[in-house]
Amino acid sequence: MAVAERTPVIVVEDLTARFGDYTVFEHVSFEVYAGEILVILGGSGCGKSTLMKHMIGLYKPYRGRVLVHGVDVNTRNEAELRRLRQAIGVAFQGGALFGSLTVAENIALPLREFTDLSQEDIDLMVKMKLGLVNLAGFENFLPEELSGGMIKRVGLARALALEPTVVFFDEPSAGLDPITAAELDQLILDINAGMGTTMVVVTHELQSILTIAHRVIMLDKSARGIIAVGDPRELKEHAADPRVLAFFRRQPLSRLTKDA
Amino acid sequence: MSSQSAARSRTDSSGGFSVQATGEPGQAVTFAVSGHIALATLPPLKSRLTSLLNHYQPAALTVDLAGVTYLDSAGALLLVELEEEARARGITFTLAHASEEVQKILGIIDRQALTAPPLKVEEKAGVVEKVGAATLKFVDDLVEVTVFVGDLCLALMYSVLHPRQVRWGEVGFYMRRAGVGALPILGLLSFLLGMVMAFMSSLQLEQFGATLYVSSLVGIAMVQELGPLLTAILVAGRSGSAFAAEIGTMMVNEEVDAITVMGFDPIKFLAVPKVLASMLVVPLLAVYATFFGILGGLLIGVSLLDITMYSYILETRKAIALFDIISSLVKSAVFAVIIAGLGCQRGFRVRGGAEAVGAQTTAAVVAGIFLIIVVDSLFAVALHYIR
Repeated sequence: MAVAERTPVIVVEDLTARFGDYTVFEHVSFEVYAGEILVILGGSGCGKSTLMKHMIGLYKPYRGRVLVHGVDVNTRNEAELRRLRQAIGVAFQGGALFGSLTVAENIALPLREFTDLSQEDIDLMVKMKLGLVNLAGFENFLPEELSGGMIKRVGLARALALEPTVVFFDEPSAGLDPITAAELDQLILDINAGMGTTMVVVTHELQSILTIAHRVIMLDKSARGIIAVGDPRELKEHAADPRVLAFFRRQPLSRLTKDA
Repeated sequence: MSSQSAARSRTDSSGGFSVQATGEPGQAVTFAVSGHIALATLPPLKSRLTSLLNHYQPAALTVDLAGVTYLDSAGALLLVELEEEARARGITFTLAHASEEVQKILGIIDRQALTAPPLKVEEKAGVVEKVGAATLKFVDDLVEVTVFVGDLCLALMYSVLHPRQVRWGEVGFYMRRAGVGALPILGLLSFLLGMVMAFMSSLQLEQFGATLYVSSLVGIAMVQELGPLLTAILVAGRSGSAFAAEIGTMMVNEEVDAITVMGFDPIKFLAVPKVLASMLVVPLLAVYATFFGILGGLLIGVSLLDITMYSYILETRKAIALFDIISSLVKSAVFAVIIAGLGCQRGFRVRGGAEAVGAQTTAAVVAGIFLIIVVDSLFAVALHYIR
């Protein structure tokens, strides 16, 4: 990626998340650039998912703001908000498919609600999206008839239904076997390369991070914020912070600090 | 990275498109498509291309994409569709000046997927098949209910024989939830019911100068019928539904599986405390409701009908026999078993997800109220002969 041409798609400004008296993170600022795959990583409880929920507008920030395409995700302008929501796709951890609808109906739902496409065109779009996630032919299955990996892929197809420019992934490879997880990683890479979709991925699966991330930001619970930004392969070798090294080398923090 | 991908990432989907056709009808024709080709512009662009295609009927079609500033996968799908359409009509089709970005998007569209037949075809059942399926389901349902009733009876009997093995803490918890929680609403409802009954009946009895009998009318009605019935219906709505939803959600979350695997019997573990709690608390609630109903009648009698409090209470006491009170307690306990048992049974039947929890919760309340009224009528007949 040429640095000179980076266009920020998402801007997080001085974001502070607080539940009651508990501050999850504070003064977090960073940008996500067009076409990149940014991975938000960190240990359990560091606020990765909280950060993502702020970025998609599910949580209101205690302080600071998040702009997607220059629009505040907590805007009160209905028209802006609607456009924003259609520019964002979210692939939830457990798929979040509607259990009473078939795969095709799940994917068609946003198309039916937000576009003027005819039923015929919607059917074709659904087939196209299913092809995109390698699930051609699964239209009439109910979510309960699918495996975990398939559910995640249908969730991704639904997230892509309205041709979003940004897609968020919450733990895409969590709970999947290595082969299925690798397939999902490849899918993320293919879609990013093919459609130039900007992607924000929350995960702590080391293998996935090294495979898919163009850039990572690492959160830390004790620091209550970002402790590292950069290329994961570089961080793995040259990070100065022992917490970052411990994460990438998959070692207990105590051992690393003792060695140092 | 070219400027195109930057443009593609823009959220602005209002950008327009244009199509310029050059060439002679029936010959080689070029459609120069330019602008923003995206999901939002799909329907107008599609109809424009189709009408151009019909108008020119070309022998060879070239689609020039030099002017395309934005293309998403929906737009790419349209180009693929156009190509398929052209091919079907025997037109030679070529894409010209497709940028690298455009080619990439076209590349990710899996053409075989577009025509792949569904792996599972929904079969439309005929009337006979539907009736048959419904009958079989009803029989299954009946078998399941019977099995559950048997299991529950065995579990209850076991609990009576081994009272130490009952989870009394849970029983207390559900007694509070189903009993204490229902006190305010039940008290208010039965008080108002007593008042209304006294007032309405006094209008009729006044014509015969028999307003004193309002007290025995309200008393008998509340003790024999309305107290237990109102209580049962209220508990079915408040607690029967809660039991079904609670166990149903546990089914969905595999908690019931965990209970089974740990070596507990789900019926003893989950259903028995709820049923026992209801059996203990619903008769008490019925007494409470009856008391408040009579109190409501008393208020009307004393304030509007010139009956003294002493004579109202005396008349009420004369009208109510001990037999009535005991039979109403027994009846309430039976209602309690129906409400709690049905709630639990419906909960255990939940398969799938959120929708099934809702459906079974509804079923628990509806079937519960239905059965309460059926059993109440049976009691009315039976008690008449026993008396």
